[in-house]
Amino acid sequence: MIPLSWYMALAVMLFCVGVCGFLTRRNVIIMLLSLELMLNGVNLNLVALSYYLDSVRGQIFTFFIITVAAAEAAIGLGIAVTLYRSRRSVHVDTINQLKG
Amino acid sequence: MPASLLAIPLLPLVSFALTLLLGKRWGTRAHWLPIITVLLSFFCAVAAFFRVRSGIIINEDIYTWIHSGDLKVSVGFLVDQLTAVMLIVVTSISSLVHIYSVGYMKGEEGYYRFFAYLSLFTFSMLMLVLGNNFLQLFFGWEAVGLSSYLLIGFYYNKQSAADAGKKAFIVNRFGDFGFLIGLFLIFTHFGSLHYQDVFSQADSLAGQTLSFFGNPINLATVIALLLFCGAIGKSAQIPLHVWLPDAMEGPTPVSALIHAATMVTAGVFLVARCNPIFALSSFALNLITVLGAVTALFAATIALVQTDIKRVVAYSTVSQLAYMFIGCGVGAYSAGIFHLFTHAYFKALLFLGCGSIILGMHHEQDLRFMGGLKKRMPITYWTFLLASLSIAGMPGLAGFFSKDEILLMAFNTELSAGKFAWAIGTLVAFMTAFYSFRLFFLVFHGEFRGSEKQWHHLQESPAVVTLPLILLAMGAVGAGWFGIPAILGGSNHWAHFLEPVLGHPEMHISSLAEALLVISSVVAGACGIGLAYYMYRLHPHLPETIAQRLQPVYRVLLNKYYVDELYNAVITKQTLAFSRGVILRIVDLLCIEGVVNGVPRAIGLFSERLRRLQDGQVSHYLAWMGGGAVVLVVALLFGL
Repeated sequence: MIPLSWYMALAVMLFCVGVCGFLTRRNVIIMLLSLELMLNGVNLNLVALSYYLDSVRGQIFTFFIITVAAAEAAIGLGIAVTLYRSRRSVHVDTINQLKG
Repeated sequence: MPASLLAIPLLPLVSFALTLLLGKRWGTRAHWLPIITVLLSFFCAVAAFFRVRSGIIINEDIYTWIHSGDLKVSVGFLVDQLTAVMLIVVTSISSLVHIYSVGYMKGEEGYYRFFAYLSLFTFSMLMLVLGNNFLQLFFGWEAVGLSSYLLIGFYYNKQSAADAGKKAFIVNRFGDFGFLIGLFLIFTHFGSLHYQDVFSQADSLAGQTLSFFGNPINLATVIALLLFCGAIGKSAQIPLHVWLPDAMEGPTPVSALIHAATMVTAGVFLVARCNPIFALSSFALNLITVLGAVTALFAATIALVQTDIKRVVAYSTVSQLAYMFIGCGVGAYSAGIFHLFTHAYFKALLFLGCGSIILGMHHEQDLRFMGGLKKRMPITYWTFLLASLSIAGMPGLAGFFSKDEILLMAFNTELSAGKFAWAIGTLVAFMTAFYSFRLFFLVFHGEFRGSEKQWHHLQESPAVVTLPLILLAMGAVGAGWFGIPAILGGSNHWAHFLEPVLGHPEMHISSLAEALLVISSVVAGACGIGLAYYMYRLHPHLPETIAQRLQPVYRVLLNKYYVDELYNAVITKQTLAFSRGVILRIVDLLCIEGVVNGVPRAIGLFSERLRRLQDGQVSHYLAWMGGGAVVLVVALLFGL
């Protein structure tokens, strides 16, 4: 039986990898991928704790997150494609027109 | 309340609103509505007069205007004998002036505006005299001031006219300041502003004192003097007389209606209306009498040498108003109102006559360029002669009866200032006759002194101008016949009619003394006319010689005792310096501008900083987001 702490450690690792990727990479696609990693870290955490606490709430919540993440990925990728079409680039540093 | 009574003030109001809104479209027909409404008003006023004569006094509130705590002010009408007289004066003179203006203002720019303002004035003046409480009186008081301002400055693109309007308005502020404080005192003492409540309890003022910087002063005196303060401003008495001569910048019909017959007499009306309060303070009455006498003399001396025909008549108005105040001051309010009544007709006639002359002379107002107008303007000549005889107090004419009544009452009173006022009054009667006939002879007799072209164009004014002159001449002759005293075979209907409101002082002097007084004032008037005839007809070079001899006196009189210069130096300049130096620089530019401009500038600076946060760099946003998350977690963990 794998103890809870291992699952949680894995979840933290996934989340941290996601955060690092999100903060350091400049490619929109990679940033979206990193975002997915963060969400999955959170999901893993929720599922593990759900099992540990013997409550289905965490798993139900996870389904919601997966649904929202799917929608978000669809929209995010759509934006990335549109961006590429108009600017021939998906590099966020070049996308800085919207500012005060 | 009968509808015809409500119609008296409301008709001119409706006419004002409609003429102002639609008058431009009516063009040269803009005078019809104002004339018809003011004539209807006049007929309603006559009806109201007869209703009062049959003994029906109306005192009714029709609308609650202000109701706040103890203060309850209504719009209400009081129609008693005094009001009835004022209604007749206001509506009759106003009607005639409306008609006259059709001829006088013909072709002027803003023709409809002139008639709209005249209607506004008529409405305001009627509200003033009809009110049954002090606040409505004050409303009318300020509204006539406003219409006076608008009409003096009617030729607003002429600098001197615009200035004169402002001067009239600002000088009146001084009087109204006192008036308003008087109203406050009345309200704090009586708890009401209705005439009925105040006058029925006026006796409770007796013996009451007010602490003024620790000194007790008589409350009745204070209230009386504060009310009189307003009257001084409106009726152009010393020291607030300076606005009236300048007000002659307005069109001449306005001078006749507002600055001779009606508005300027509002002060006399106020004193007469508040006679129960004034009766309690012999100090106030003495002061009114003395001030009246001084003003009468002061203005009459200035009128002796002025060369602008309208200014001569204007100073004559100040002087005659002072007569009315002498009448009120010695407790003979009905005599004061009697003079107000007769003066309205002969003075309006003098002004309208001046207007007719000015029309004939193509807007020349200087005496020195007239002369011999009798031949070309016969109707103006004869009506002007009647008005001049009337103001000079010649027997049988209106001015004779009212002026004699005042002088008689001044002599009769036990008030210490009475004899003084009588002596000055008789002297002024002499001077009045002199300057009126100086004007008359210089304008109508002798050789014409203007240009050839003026003489060529000189002709009698149209019928629309001369008809009001003729009607007013009837008033100038007959208005005094209502008050023929017993000694001349009459029964003084006037004083008996007004007695319920104004009372009547007891007579102390014998009928022989009364007869001597009448004779003395007639002789004074006749001497004045005689002297004017001697100086301006028989020896036309004499006035110049006298002016040369008495150069300093002449100079002082010509410059109106330098009062304007004095006020300029002492008050106007200092006020302007203070306004520019302190109010403008410090209060306005520093404080108010500082706040008004400072707040947006601070917001601008702050947002200038704030907008730099949004720089379009996604990584920066992320950093802020991460930082925010960290702060949030830390805050949650440590329970901040």
